[in-house]
Amino acid sequence: MTIWNKKFECISPGELEQLQLERLQSTLNRVSRNVVFYQKIFEREGIIPERIRELSDLRRIPFTSRRTLRAAYPYDMFAVPLREVVRLQTSSGTTQEPIVVGYTRNDVEHWTELVARVLTGAGINRDDVIQISFDYGLFPGALGMHYGAEAVGASVIPASTAGSRRQITVMRDFRSTVLIAAPGYGLRLARMIREMKINPQDLFLRVGLFGAETWSENLRRELEERLRIKAYDFYGLSELFNPGVASECEAQNGLHIFEDHFIPEIIDPGTGRPLDFGEEGELVLTSITKEAFPLIRYRTGDITTLIKGKCSCGRTLVRMARVKGRTDDMFSVLGVSVFPSQVEEILTRIEGTEPHFQIRIDREADREVVKLLVEISPEIFSDEMKKMQKLKREIKGEIYKLLDLEVEVKLVEPGALIGRGEGVRRVIDNRNRG
Amino acid sequence: MPHQVAVFLENKPGKLERVTGLLAGAGINIRAITIADSGDFGVLKLLVDKPAITCNILAQNGLVATVRRVVAMKIPDKPGGLLNIARILTRQKINIDDAYGFVLKSGETAVFVIQVKDPDTAADLLKAEGIQLLGDNDLYFL
Ligand SMILES: [Zn+2]
Repeated sequence: MTIWNKKFECISPGELEQLQLERLQSTLNRVSRNVVFYQKIFEREGIIPERIRELSDLRRIPFTSRRTLRAAYPYDMFAVPLREVVRLQTSSGTTQEPIVVGYTRNDVEHWTELVARVLTGAGINRDDVIQISFDYGLFPGALGMHYGAEAVGASVIPASTAGSRRQITVMRDFRSTVLIAAPGYGLRLARMIREMKINPQDLFLRVGLFGAETWSENLRRELEERLRIKAYDFYGLSELFNPGVASECEAQNGLHIFEDHFIPEIIDPGTGRPLDFGEEGELVLTSITKEAFPLIRYRTGDITTLIKGKCSCGRTLVRMARVKGRTDDMFSVLGVSVFPSQVEEILTRIEGTEPHFQIRIDREADREVVKLLVEISPEIFSDEMKKMQKLKREIKGEIYKLLDLEVEVKLVEPGALIGRGEGVRRVIDNRNRG
Repeated sequence: MPHQVAVFLENKPGKLERVTGLLAGAGINIRAITIADSGDFGVLKLLVDKPAITCNILAQNGLVATVRRVVAMKIPDKPGGLLNIARILTRQKINIDDAYGFVLKSGETAVFVIQVKDPDTAADLLKAEGIQLLGDNDLYFL
């Protein structure tokens, strides 16, 4: 398969290191001059950008957190004056308050190129008709994808948030070959295709690009089977580029991080200690080309591992595993620590399909109560009440057995929890409210 | 044989009205409606004149709905009417997954609906016992 930018995607390790170091130095220089937050940190820690001689020196700089970005709202983290900013987008992340991210003309050009890499990696080219089913208003991913799709020369349909039926009518009539959507929404469309009695083989779809919410290999298989496509994962974050940080190649075995633009690290989310290849922890990214909104050692909150070794596709850029969950999604109740991905695994096994669920934690009369809301799908619905009650008991029982966690299960209508764009909030913790 | 449409509904105000409103808007006649309630959710069952269309309308509006064939029979709306049916079902070892009744013409005829694994066999057995079964048209155009 084709590689969009061989020069950088297949760069030799020695050259990459040199390039990263140069770009890092210039980024550190700029932030130390233009961003008060970094100026103060560098002063306090005695960091002089000119003296950063090796990539490992980066570790001496403290992390930047989402909290810092919120405190800097709206413009305090910008490294250029507003007149150089050509686009402003707000990120209302899954679990967070909004921040504003700006892009210079160069930033948009880089972003577009990185998305072209994402699309080319999934085998997409100028002959494709790409249907983008992300919300163009709220989610930077829609515009980001759009620019990249035009760059590869494909025909782009900004389907945005048209209703499911309309999406499928467009998909059929315009002969879309590529669908770009949140994975949960992809599944919803697959169900609607069945409702509308359309044979997936009569559609022209061949590739799906899914991202913006955590998903699993199970769901990949399901989407590939139901829509008769190859389904690829991509990764990005609104604070940097989303998409455009990493993406899968035809090997579907990890996402290549665009290391000529970002330096990745994995740390222990508890202690901040750097972790090695293959060790699971929080992804930390340093942007080395961004002009308007550069971030140094930014804690993404995403849990993953870095994969060492050559990839069969020929790219030399390091790979990260599919994001397993978010550090801020992990919760502790009555001394038990739980990742939503563990709940997801249990539900997937019981339901036989990708579950949609939400965990709500409340304090009721000094007691912690965990409610698990599970969306009903055609796969698990029964017109016999006793079977529905059995399903509830089974979910409760399995969660207790495997996670040692007592939950109250509530079944809710389809679509009650589903998110678009930036995804479903997996955990809502109300314990420290009011 | 009549068809029954079952819908999953959260137990919240306005949910039932939404379903009946959707069907009324599509010109669908609801012959009978019953709801099994379990606190936080319910399973709504409908006997309608266009079950397949009903199911599609509900699914298109984001609800999970299924359609299945059920056995509907006429019983005299007087004491003992239901008991006789229950005895026959027990004797014939027909396992009922769910059952409900409704009155067609007050004081005259009651209809009893059963949901079973094998509706054809159940229908044959009941017919042989002299029970009057109701077809699609009998239900909707009475
Ligand atoms: Zn590869």
